Amino acid sequence: MSDNTGSSGPTPLVEMRDMSIAFGGVKAVNHASIDLFQGEVVGLLGHNGAGKSTLIKILSGAYKRDAGDILINGEPVKIDNPRDAKALGIETIYQTLALADNVDAAANLYLGRELRTRWGTLDDIAMESQCRQVMGRLNPNFRRFKEPVKSLSGGQRQSVAIARAIHFNARILIMDEPTAALGPQETAQVGELIKQLKAEGIGIFLISHDIHDVFDLADRVTVMKNGRVVGTAHVRDVTKDEVLGMIILGKCPPGAIPGPGAIKDIPAAAQAAVMGHA
Amino acid sequence: MSAPAIGSHDPASEEGLIRRFLNATELDTRMLGMVGALLVIWAGFDIYSGILRPGDGLFGGSFLTPRNLWILMVQTSSIAVMATGMVLIIVMRQIDLSVGSMLSFIAVSVGYLQVYGLGPALGVGHPAIWIIAVLFALVMGALVGCLNGVLIAYLRIPSFIVTLGGLIAYSGLAWWVIRGETVAPMDQTYKLIGGNGPLASIGPFWSWILAFLACGGIVAAIITGRQQRRRFKFPLRPIWAETVIGVVGSLVALGATWLVNSYPWAPKVIEKYALEHNIPIPDGALDASGDAICREGDKIVRCVNGLSFETGYAIPVLIAISVGFLMTFLAMRTRFGRYVYATGGNPEAAELAGVNTKRLTVMIFTLMGVLVAVSALISTARLDSATNSLGQFNELYVIAAAVIGGTSLAGGIGTIYGALLGALLMQSLQSGMTLLNFESAYKDMVVGAVLVTAVWLDQVYRARMK
Ligand SMILES: Nc1ncnc2c1ncn2[C@@H]1O[C@H](COP(=O)(O)OP(=O)(O)O)[C@@H](O)[C@H]1O
Ligand SMILES: [Mg+2]
Repeated sequence: MSDNTGSSGPTPLVEMRDMSIAFGGVKAVNHASIDLFQGEVVGLLGHNGAGKSTLIKILSGAYKRDAGDILINGEPVKIDNPRDAKALGIETIYQTLALADNVDAAANLYLGRELRTRWGTLDDIAMESQCRQVMGRLNPNFRRFKEPVKSLSGGQRQSVAIARAIHFNARILIMDEPTAALGPQETAQVGELIKQLKAEGIGIFLISHDIHDVFDLADRVTVMKNGRVVGTAHVRDVTKDEVLGMIILGKCPPGAIPGPGAIKDIPAAAQAAVMGHA
Repeated sequence: MSAPAIGSHDPASEEGLIRRFLNATELDTRMLGMVGALLVIWAGFDIYSGILRPGDGLFGGSFLTPRNLWILMVQTSSIAVMATGMVLIIVMRQIDLSVGSMLSFIAVSVGYLQVYGLGPALGVGHPAIWIIAVLFALVMGALVGCLNGVLIAYLRIPSFIVTLGGLIAYSGLAWWVIRGETVAPMDQTYKLIGGNGPLASIGPFWSWILAFLACGGIVAAIITGRQQRRRFKFPLRPIWAETVIGVVGSLVALGATWLVNSYPWAPKVIEKYALEHNIPIPDGALDASGDAICREGDKIVRCVNGLSFETGYAIPVLIAISVGFLMTFLAMRTRFGRYVYATGGNPEAAELAGVNTKRLTVMIFTLMGVLVAVSALISTARLDSATNSLGQFNELYVIAAAVIGGTSLAGGIGTIYGALLGALLMQSLQSGMTLLNFESAYKDMVVGAVLVTAVWLDQVYRARMK
C-alpha cells in the first residue's frame, strides 16, 4: 500500500485496499486502493464513468464490494450497508444528493436518525428547529422549511444534502461533486466550509471533475480511469497539466505514485496534443 | 384560482383574501375541493330524488335524511378501513390487488370457524366466541399480508404480480373453505361489529360524549401546537385562523353527532325491545308521521311523543373513524410513517439513509392484511353471513377511494383523510344512484368515469400548484 507520508507516519484514517466491484460484465472499480488521513482533503479525479462514485459508494455502504479490505484507523471494518458506515462516522454527500423529494428539509436532514419525543413519536418541531440552525450557517437566505425539497432550487437542495452530512459529527466526509448545482458564490462558500471542516480534523474525500477546484482545496489527488487508479500525488508535486495527463491519457508523472491503471509509455505526439490542449 | 374576469373591480384583493385565509389556516385546498364535490353530489341526489318523489330530505328529496346518511356511513366503513392501508401501500410505490379476495378468504374462514367450530364446541352464544373470532381474523389477515410482503420484498417479485396472483389464489381458497356455500348466522355479539341490530349503535348519550371529547381534542391539539411553536420561537398562526379551524372542526363533530342522533329506531324494533326489557309504553294517539310508539287502547301504534330511541353512532363507523385516526397518527407522527413516505419519494435515498426498505415493505403489507381482516369482520357481521364472493371487486373500490382521495400512483403522496373522503364519495355515488333506481350497468359507468375524471382534475390541480 502506498503511504505517501512515509512508513513512520501516522496510520491513515481510511485505507481502501484493492477494491473491486463489477456490474454485470463492467468492472466499475478494478483493484483500486486509496487512503486518507485525519484533517486531509483527498481529491478524487477522473472522467465521467471512471468509477469514482462507485468506489466511494463502497465506503459509504451503498454498494457491496466484490473484493478488497477497508481499514479505519488501521482496523479492518465491516461495511455492509449505509447504517454500518454511519456508525463509523462516515457521512456522504451523494452525487445524486439522495434526497426524498416529497418531504421537507428537516425530514431529509434527520432521515434515518429522527429525533423523537419521550412518547416515541416524531419530534418534528425540534427537528425543524435544528434544521433552521444548521441551514442558517450554510444558506442564511433559506426560508422554505415547510416545503417538500422537490420545490427547492438546485443550490438549496445541495445545501440540504451538505447539511445532512455535516450535522452528525462526521469523522470522514465523502463529497461527490458537492458543487455541481451551485453558483460561483455558493461554490466558494462550500470551499470555505471544506477548509473549516479540515481544520476540525475531519478527513474529506472530494470528488470532482473540475481540476481547479480540487487543486485549491486538496492536499493530495488520486486519479482514476476506467475503474483503475492511475496514480496519487501531493498537489505540490504535480502541475495541473500533469494531472490532466493522468485523467485523459492515464500517464503518471514523476511526482506521483503510479497505480495499476497507469500506462507505461505513450506516443509523444499524443502527449504533446494534451499539453497543447491544456 | 379562477382567471380574473374582465371589468370586475379589483379581483386581486378578493383573491388575496382567499389566499390569505388558506395560507393562514394552512388548510389543504385539495381536501376543501373534495368536500365541496361531496356536498354538491349530496345536494344533487337530494334534489333529483325530490323531483321524482318528494321526501323529508334537506332539499325535499330522500338522500339528505338522517336515515340515509347514517346508512351511508355504515356502508362506507368497510372500504374506508381498507383504503387507509392502501394509501400507504401506494405511497410506497406498491399496489395490493389481492385485498378483495383476501377479504372473502378471511370472511369465510371466520364464518366457518364460528358456525362449524366455536358454536358447536363452546355452545351457541358463548361470550368468548366473538373474541376468538376477532383475534383469529386479525392474525389470519396479518399472516396473509405478511406472505404478500415477503414475496415482494425478499423474492423481489413486483407487487402487481404477487397480489394479482393473490387476487386469484385467495379467491380460490375462499371457495375451497366452504365450497361456495353461504355460512350463517354469526354470533349475536359478533354481529354488533357490523352495526347489525339496534344495540350495535352507541345511542345518543355516548354519541354526545364522544362529540364533546372530539371538540375538546381539537381545542387541545390547537393549544399544544401553539405552545410547541412558541417554545421554538416559530411563527404562530394568527388567532383568528386557529379559531376558525377550531370552530369548524367542532361544528363538524357536533353536526355529525346531531345527525346520527336524529335517526330513530324503527317502531317494530322499539316495540320488541320494550317488551323484552319490560319498558313501559306511554299512552298516546295514532300519528303515522311519528317515529315513536304509543299504547292506544290495547294496540301499539306509531305516534309523535311516545317511546323512541335514537341510534347514535354505529359501531362499524366508530371502528372506521378510529382506524382513520390511528393510521393518520402512524403516517404523520411515527418513524414508520416517515419512512413509508420517504421511501415512496425516493427509495434509493431512503435506503442510503439507513432505512430497511425490505422490512418496511413487509410491515405495510402485513398492516394491510390486518385492515382487510377488520373489514372482513365488519362485512360479515353486517350481513350476518359470509360467502366466497363477499369481497369481490373490493380491491378496485379501495384503490379508487385512495386515488380519488389524492394518492399518487407515482408514489410519495397521499393522505389518510383523503382516502376516507374518497371512500365516502364513491359510496355516495353508489347509494345515490341506487336511490334513483339506476341500473347497475349505469352505476358502474358513472363510478368509472368519476374515477378517471378525479385523477385528471388532480393532475391539473397539481400542475397549477407548481
Ligand atoms: N448501479 C450500477 N449498475 C450498473 N452499472 C453501474 C452502476 N453504477 C455504476 N455503474 C457503472 O460503473 C462505471 C463507473 O461509474 P461511476 O462510478 O458512476 O463513475 P464516475 O462517478 O467516476 O463518473 C460506469 O461505467 C457506470 O455505468
Ligand atoms: Mg460520479
